[in-house]
Amino acid sequence: MDWGSILNNTLQGLLTPTTLAFSLAALGLAMHFGFAGLLNFGIAGFMAIGGYGYAIAVLTFGLPWWAGMLFGIFGSIIFALILGIPTLRLRGDYLAIVTIASAEIIRLLFLTTAFTDVTGSADGLFGFNTRTDGSGFQNANPFPAGSYGAGPFTYNEQTLWVLTFGIIMLVVGVFLLWALMRSPWGRVIKGIREDEDAIRALGKNVFAYKMQALVIGGVYGAMGGIVYATFANVSPGVFVTSLTFFIWTSLLLGGAATILGPVVGSVLFWTLQAFLTNVLSEVAISGILPVSTTQASTLRFVLVGVGLMLLVIYRPQGIFGDKKELTFVK
Amino acid sequence: MLNNESPQKSTDLHIGAAAPGCKKKDPILVADHIKKTFGGLTAVDVEHLEVPKNAITALIGPNGAGKTTLFNLLTGFDSPDTGTWSLMGNSLSGVPSFKVAQMGQVRTFQLTKALGLLTVLENMKLGAKGQKGESLLSALLPALWRKQDKEIEVKAMELLSRFKLDAKKDDFAASLSGGQRKLLEMARALMTDPVLVMLDEPMAGVNPALTQSLLDHVLDLKKQGMTVLFVEHDMHMVRHIADWVVVMAEGKIVAEGPPDTVMKEQAVIDAYLGSHQDTDLGEVTGRIKIIKDGGQA
Repeated sequence: MDWGSILNNTLQGLLTPTTLAFSLAALGLAMHFGFAGLLNFGIAGFMAIGGYGYAIAVLTFGLPWWAGMLFGIFGSIIFALILGIPTLRLRGDYLAIVTIASAEIIRLLFLTTAFTDVTGSADGLFGFNTRTDGSGFQNANPFPAGSYGAGPFTYNEQTLWVLTFGIIMLVVGVFLLWALMRSPWGRVIKGIREDEDAIRALGKNVFAYKMQALVIGGVYGAMGGIVYATFANVSPGVFVTSLTFFIWTSLLLGGAATILGPVVGSVLFWTLQAFLTNVLSEVAISGILPVSTTQASTLRFVLVGVGLMLLVIYRPQGIFGDKKELTFVK
Repeated sequence: MLNNESPQKSTDLHIGAAAPGCKKKDPILVADHIKKTFGGLTAVDVEHLEVPKNAITALIGPNGAGKTTLFNLLTGFDSPDTGTWSLMGNSLSGVPSFKVAQMGQVRTFQLTKALGLLTVLENMKLGAKGQKGESLLSALLPALWRKQDKEIEVKAMELLSRFKLDAKKDDFAASLSGGQRKLLEMARALMTDPVLVMLDEPMAGVNPALTQSLLDHVLDLKKQGMTVLFVEHDMHMVRHIADWVVVMAEGKIVAEGPPDTVMKEQAVIDAYLGSHQDTDLGEVTGRIKIIKDGGQA
């Protein structure tokens, strides 16, 4: 077994555009579930709208990259409003069912051949980050061509630009969430998580607060999708339901009702994924385990599932959470 | 029996005979034709009800009489099939619950709703009205709300020390005992500066010593010019602190009046109190011999 390359690949997982994108989405989920108590199982749908919104705005409407990103965010706000108006008056578990279904609807809308001209159907969309008229995301890259960094953290100028952009977005996102949650607004949101009726009885418009929380978390989800789209193609195969559960796992790993938890949880989760992928395929190739390489890569998800179960049973508050503040099983 | 000094009762609250739906001299809450059915069951059917201002009104009645449903209807937590009601002349019909609370009519719940995973102080601060920092945009600018938040904290600490919860301010509300949660819920309701406080079974599950302090707090509300409407099953408490009693049975108001007279009415005894209300439980069941005042068994 080549431990050198396993270690190298695992370390690479610490800082990748994927990790950044999923950290942003996990922050959105922290807003939804950790702070406002909204059981959103459709975060992949918000990411899809962000990513596709950006790509479609650039490819079909010819908008510059920053306007395309705003378009994607705008799309997620509309989606949150449409989702929230009929469902936020209901109990939390209904929202869970509706969100998981609507995320699938979104994905299938992008998959259907009816809109192939705009969505690219199963092939998805690509080539929207570099544009001949100079209005693409990579055209705005301030880094000259070359190789940066050292060891496992070696990046070309394109990846470096994506990482820089992603880190800026993540830092801004973390700061805004922190600023919101320490304010009286955040206090009301946490109160709603505990008991809506009590908050209503104190004269707060609970529906409006829940809607604001849903929209804000949705924008974070969309930003995750956009950061993802700045380095990869968007396709319906990315924004599947299992993506939602990966983000849930990252969130619970770090601690749902915390600010840094979702970020650290995502980094750990994707680093662990990178480690397992490498180790398991090495193990399969070297014949230690009697499985094929394909089976080995599936085994990774089995282990993730087991890990999630152990996490929820033995450390439901996550790494950073206060056990008293939020446990997955109340 | 509570044999300490009797609190000052408000009397002469009504106009005409003390009958169900009678007019009050100075009503704060007026309700008309409130009807609520759940399928075939008529939960509440109140023709007319006036709650006297700056007095303590008790709402009593057997289980299932519709007291809590009436509470829910009057506070906007549930909507009636028919009916209109108003607080100090402002119509509350169809007004959502949070606006009802903003208008000064605040309630507590039968099953205490302390926000367990918020600290006691955070619970209290949530009660304050008109907080600038509670709007999304100004929440991001602490300069806009920090001063107000400090003022709210001072007010919250005053209330907490009155309710003897100030030492617990940084504890999660979940760590409080049942009785302390009742106190916290009442204190939190007072943070909204209400004019009408509606308490749903404030004494349920509270030990006798704490009952006494809760009673004093309720009486304090009246002293400070608030009006209290409460649901309670403890008849000693009702006699002790209520200025006016409204009796409900099967959704209707069956009697109204000052506590001393209303509890002697045959309709009230039949519907609610039962004929053994003043006799010892042992005597009722016949299982225990009661030692009378003279000392003979």
